[in-house]
Amino acid sequence: MEHTSLLERILRGAALTLVVIFFMFPIVWIFMMSFQTNETILRIPPQLVFEPTLANYTALITGKLTTASGTLDIAFMRNLWNSVFLSTTSVAVALLLGVPAAYAFARHKFRGSEDIAFTLLSFRFAPALLVLLPLTLYFQKLGLANTYIGLIWVYQLICLPLILWIVRGYFEDIPADIEYAYRIAGHSWFATFRKIALPLAGPGIAAAGLLAFIFAWNNFVFALVLASADKQPVTVGALAFITSSGIQYGQISAAIVLSITPTLALALYAQRYLVEGLSLGAVKG
Amino acid sequence: MTAATMQRNRPSGFRISKRVLPYVLSLPALLVCIGILIPFLTSVVYSFQRYRLSQPWARQFNWGENYLNFFTDPKFWNTLQVSLLYAGITVLLELLLGLAIAMLLQKRTTLNNFISIMLLMPLMTAPALAALMWKLMTNPGFGVLSYLASLIGLQDFRWASSPSTALFTVVLVDIWVYTPFIMILLLAGLRSLPTQPFEAAALDGVPRSFVFFRITLPMLTPYILTATLFRLLDSIQQFDIIYAMTQGGPGDTLTVFQVEAYLNFFQSTNVGRSAALMIILWAITYFLSNIFIKNWLRLRERARGLA
Repeated sequence: MEHTSLLERILRGAALTLVVIFFMFPIVWIFMMSFQTNETILRIPPQLVFEPTLANYTALITGKLTTASGTLDIAFMRNLWNSVFLSTTSVAVALLLGVPAAYAFARHKFRGSEDIAFTLLSFRFAPALLVLLPLTLYFQKLGLANTYIGLIWVYQLICLPLILWIVRGYFEDIPADIEYAYRIAGHSWFATFRKIALPLAGPGIAAAGLLAFIFAWNNFVFALVLASADKQPVTVGALAFITSSGIQYGQISAAIVLSITPTLALALYAQRYLVEGLSLGAVKG
Repeated sequence: MTAATMQRNRPSGFRISKRVLPYVLSLPALLVCIGILIPFLTSVVYSFQRYRLSQPWARQFNWGENYLNFFTDPKFWNTLQVSLLYAGITVLLELLLGLAIAMLLQKRTTLNNFISIMLLMPLMTAPALAALMWKLMTNPGFGVLSYLASLIGLQDFRWASSPSTALFTVVLVDIWVYTPFIMILLLAGLRSLPTQPFEAAALDGVPRSFVFFRITLPMLTPYILTATLFRLLDSIQQFDIIYAMTQGGPGDTLTVFQVEAYLNFFQSTNVGRSAALMIILWAITYFLSNIFIKNWLRLRERARGLA
């Protein structure tokens, strides 16, 4: 199929260029806005060449925004910390709970195993608010409203199914014979799990953890419903920031850049596993 | 439980421990989720009650009234219509666009691989933040897209703040975020197809359109179905993009199921109606996910080499 005509190659090239522009432009543009002062941002037509400034980032990091009308406190660093803390802890908990369960589902076909696995999977597809709205009322009674523990618990709805189903696939890929051989040599199931299964499934577990981190980080609705300002992650914080600070477009762009950079970096790092993770193990990349 | 105690117990307790072990391993994960199942049942109860947070004293069972009211409630029909329209348009366009891009990138060249990795970036952007990015770009005062629209003669194009273009704008953001999802699944599918049928077709000089419709598409169908259902399930429940962009507005132009339920709960504090809306959405997703899971399992078994 190498005899493609020149015209076809030009058309393909043009189509690909359009695709790349459409999908890359917003990220590039917000990145550029984050290095501009409000004066350059508001200029019409929009400027492609400008003198870059780090003022937006310094304002976010110091938490003080000096405007003509006075100084404004920005709690954005707090949101960033909340995102880091919530996502990391949620993934750690999900790995602790999910990896042994995934091993059980992969190695032992016990009664009800498929039902339990599918119940966990179905959480991935149920409407979030169906559970979240009654949960707000329960959390108030239980004293879990606006606590990290409550949020981390609810975040398991995103992290657990993902980890369970991806890691299960990796355990299934390990030939059972290797484990039998080790067991016959007189080792306990726990030693087998720790010395054989875990290391062999290691890369898959790491990838599942990274993906779960990305999904936890990108979540919006859980924290919107269950957290107030001091516990909110960046997704909710950035929206509140826009409403409160109104016209500080440079800082808002810088906040968005800081919020999306971690997930983009992780995604580029883990891209080999993304296909498998996004399809919950149904498609191998 | 340490390895040492397991060793010691083995002669007597081995059989039992082998039967119980998988339950012990999976129980913690299950327990954590059961806590979440309780609110689900609560939602069912709420949906059969007259329950407003502002009038807790008037709370009582009214059985099917919340549901029956929907039949004569134009706001409900609007919600249903917008949700289906949103899901239908986004999934259809993303499917066509994703398939086209996947076919453009099918050959494993360095450039193609690089582009396909770059295209993952929108997908990894939080949808709520993506909506904010587009909000900045479509700002009527300084937004670059508003400026570009004015260059092609669309003076004062209002994007998400006008009822006539709000749906178009959020659909555009959805396409920006989620087309790469379909693209990456179909690309993996295309690249995993056996090459012989295509070589045979090329040898016989079969026209390209015939190859596409009679070989590529049928072989790609399980991937297309899985990607479509995945997206359909997410899209009918879309909340982040719409809420971050317009909060369901202007007016009730974009009050899809989850946005409407959220506003009902927190603004009009009508818990009963909110719960009933969520149960209906759940019924739709339950129906879709049953079809989905069958398909997804087939693909998964194929990927694991079990089928």
